[in-house]
Amino acid sequence: MTLVSKASPAKHETVDPVLSMRDVSKGFGAVQALSRIDLDIFPGEVVALVGDNGAGKSTLVKILAGVHPQDSGTITFHGKPVHIPSPSASRALGIATVFQDLALCDNLDVVSNLFLGRELGGIALDEVDMESRSWELLRQLSAKIPSVRIAVASLSGGQRQTVAIARSLIGDPSIVILDEPTAALGVAQTAEVLNLIERLRERGLGVLLISHNLADVQAVADRAVVLRLGRNNGEFRIADVSYEDIIAAITGATDNVVSRREAAVHAANLEKKK
Amino acid sequence: MTQTPTPVAESSTAPSDLQDERLIRPVGARENVAAQIKRIRTGDLGALPIVIGLLLICVIFEIITQANFLHATTLSSILFLYCAPVGVISVGIVLVLLLGQIDLSVGSMSGASAAIFTVVYTTGHLPEWACIIASLVAGCLVGLFYGFLFVKFSVPSFVVTLAGLLSLLGLQLLVLGPTGDVIMPPTSFIVQLGQSWYLPWWAAYLLALIAAGGYAATALLRSRARNRAGLSVPSSLGVYIRAALMLVGLVVLITYLDPPDSPLGGFGFPAQNDGFGVSTAFAFLVVLVVIMNYALTRTRWGRSVFAVGGNVEAARRAGIRVNRIYISVFVLCAFLAALGGLMEVGLLGSATLSTGTDNVNLNAIAAAVIGGTSLFGGRGSAWSALLGILVIEAIQVGLDQMQLNSYAQYIVTGFVLLVAVIVDSLSRRSRVAAGRA
Repeated sequence: MTLVSKASPAKHETVDPVLSMRDVSKGFGAVQALSRIDLDIFPGEVVALVGDNGAGKSTLVKILAGVHPQDSGTITFHGKPVHIPSPSASRALGIATVFQDLALCDNLDVVSNLFLGRELGGIALDEVDMESRSWELLRQLSAKIPSVRIAVASLSGGQRQTVAIARSLIGDPSIVILDEPTAALGVAQTAEVLNLIERLRERGLGVLLISHNLADVQAVADRAVVLRLGRNNGEFRIADVSYEDIIAAITGATDNVVSRREAAVHAANLEKKK
Repeated sequence: MTQTPTPVAESSTAPSDLQDERLIRPVGARENVAAQIKRIRTGDLGALPIVIGLLLICVIFEIITQANFLHATTLSSILFLYCAPVGVISVGIVLVLLLGQIDLSVGSMSGASAAIFTVVYTTGHLPEWACIIASLVAGCLVGLFYGFLFVKFSVPSFVVTLAGLLSLLGLQLLVLGPTGDVIMPPTSFIVQLGQSWYLPWWAAYLLALIAAGGYAATALLRSRARNRAGLSVPSSLGVYIRAALMLVGLVVLITYLDPPDSPLGGFGFPAQNDGFGVSTAFAFLVVLVVIMNYALTRTRWGRSVFAVGGNVEAARRAGIRVNRIYISVFVLCAFLAALGGLMEVGLLGSATLSTGTDNVNLNAIAAAVIGGTSLFGGRGSAWSALLGILVIEAIQVGLDQMQLNSYAQYIVTGFVLLVAVIVDSLSRRSRVAAGRA
């Protein structure tokens, strides 16, 4: 395995975060989905956002993507306080969000999908320029797409994810948000996407990775931010913590079903060794 | 497991889009032909079934009618002439189908437009061009209204245009009410265009030359641009062969249609001077299809239409102004329906209470589907309007020549539509199996 994280050395002291959220809250009717959340994303860093169902991950992503604005709290982007009222405002700032459903047009080819809504050329599209730039981009990401002139429908899950991520880079963002990028993928394809995430980090982008899969988080993330019931519930440098610590933070206590079972298994193993 | 970023072969001689080792690259004539056959077998049929169907129809009718069907007179004065009005309407239907929507009111719209045009012309003492513009503007307004209702209230287009079908039919009866049928003077521009204008022989041949030359020129220019960008280039021999075949085919067709006074003459088959050449209305339809094809495949608007038809949500998130696309397409469709209505007036020389009511609606929609445009949005081409309407009119002309009543025409057209849809879904299935989709 070479998919071990290269934990970035003490970036926080030297570099300012690209994006910080302070005291961000959001409620839906009677439900407080997020309360007083803090989050920082630094350039060249993969931050994993983890938490159980209903922890508020999606709400947080939607605030950053401009789907719905926060009720209170501040978001600063490159040091300036910003307001993100709409998806296009989010894109214009330099936040690229790849949603779980990828939002690709199956009937169009890879080039058309990459440049959808941002086509090059004047009245007539400049297909040649778009095609060569597509190749350039896909090569930079070492993406394994055999041809950019085939319909996206005929690509595998990992390739589709690759196209969606590559598309997010067309607008030259400073932050890429990936919502469950490996959820529906097989082993090899997951590895491909994880490679891709590392390449985004190498490009100096801040990556916010939302994932349920802690193996993936441990493989690529530098930091994990845990949400629980709409609140910050711990922040870990991946290099310093164990799987169990993160689980404990996600579920809210060391004393819970998961950790009790782990402890029981552990105890049983010890028993056997004796 | 190791990370092996595929090395970008800087020194590699392969064009940058053909470097993946998994790509199958046919070399030489035999492998190219084999690749084409495989493409067709795996469901990438293109216009093949429809062309084969058209040939079959021609052969069958030619045998049944004892060589009357392909007679130059029939082809030039009936088939191509009658294709034009509904063909124009069908181009609009292709657009709405590409969005995955439908316009059921195109027949009524064409009838209403015909009524407005003739009544304004005969009672308003306005110049003809003003009356034409009045009708077309009416069409645009109706389309704008459809688009508005669809976008603002999310009323399904099926229902909006069904309501439009009834209301516009009422409008047609209202406008024509006091006068009943209106007969246009044969000297009017619209009637001349619809009935009696044929391209002079030199213009027809010139158009053929422009078509083939234009194809070759754009293909070669694109090759040069691709070459400069380091992308693969299709063989220029292939381009020349295709352009030459296109030119020969068009010249043979035009010569067969036997334009009057042409120095080349007809083929003297079955008799000398029996055709009229290429009708202007048909040439207009072909030019319209070429322009629409360009707009759909090479412009930002066309790309957006396909994107919205394929996945509205994805298009919206990509920043496409989805509502504008919907409205533009509804306006264009109603505009083309109004234009088709005017051409119908020209063809029949009059506007009646039944203009556009008969089977214009269904023929226009069937033509688009028979031509290969999917009913589910996102797949299709402007050419399907032309090919589809040729099939439908060929069947009607052939059955007319067999002196069969309209019942047979309805049954056969319905059957052909069914076959076309079955071929479409079969090819979709094998496309999916072969990973083309």
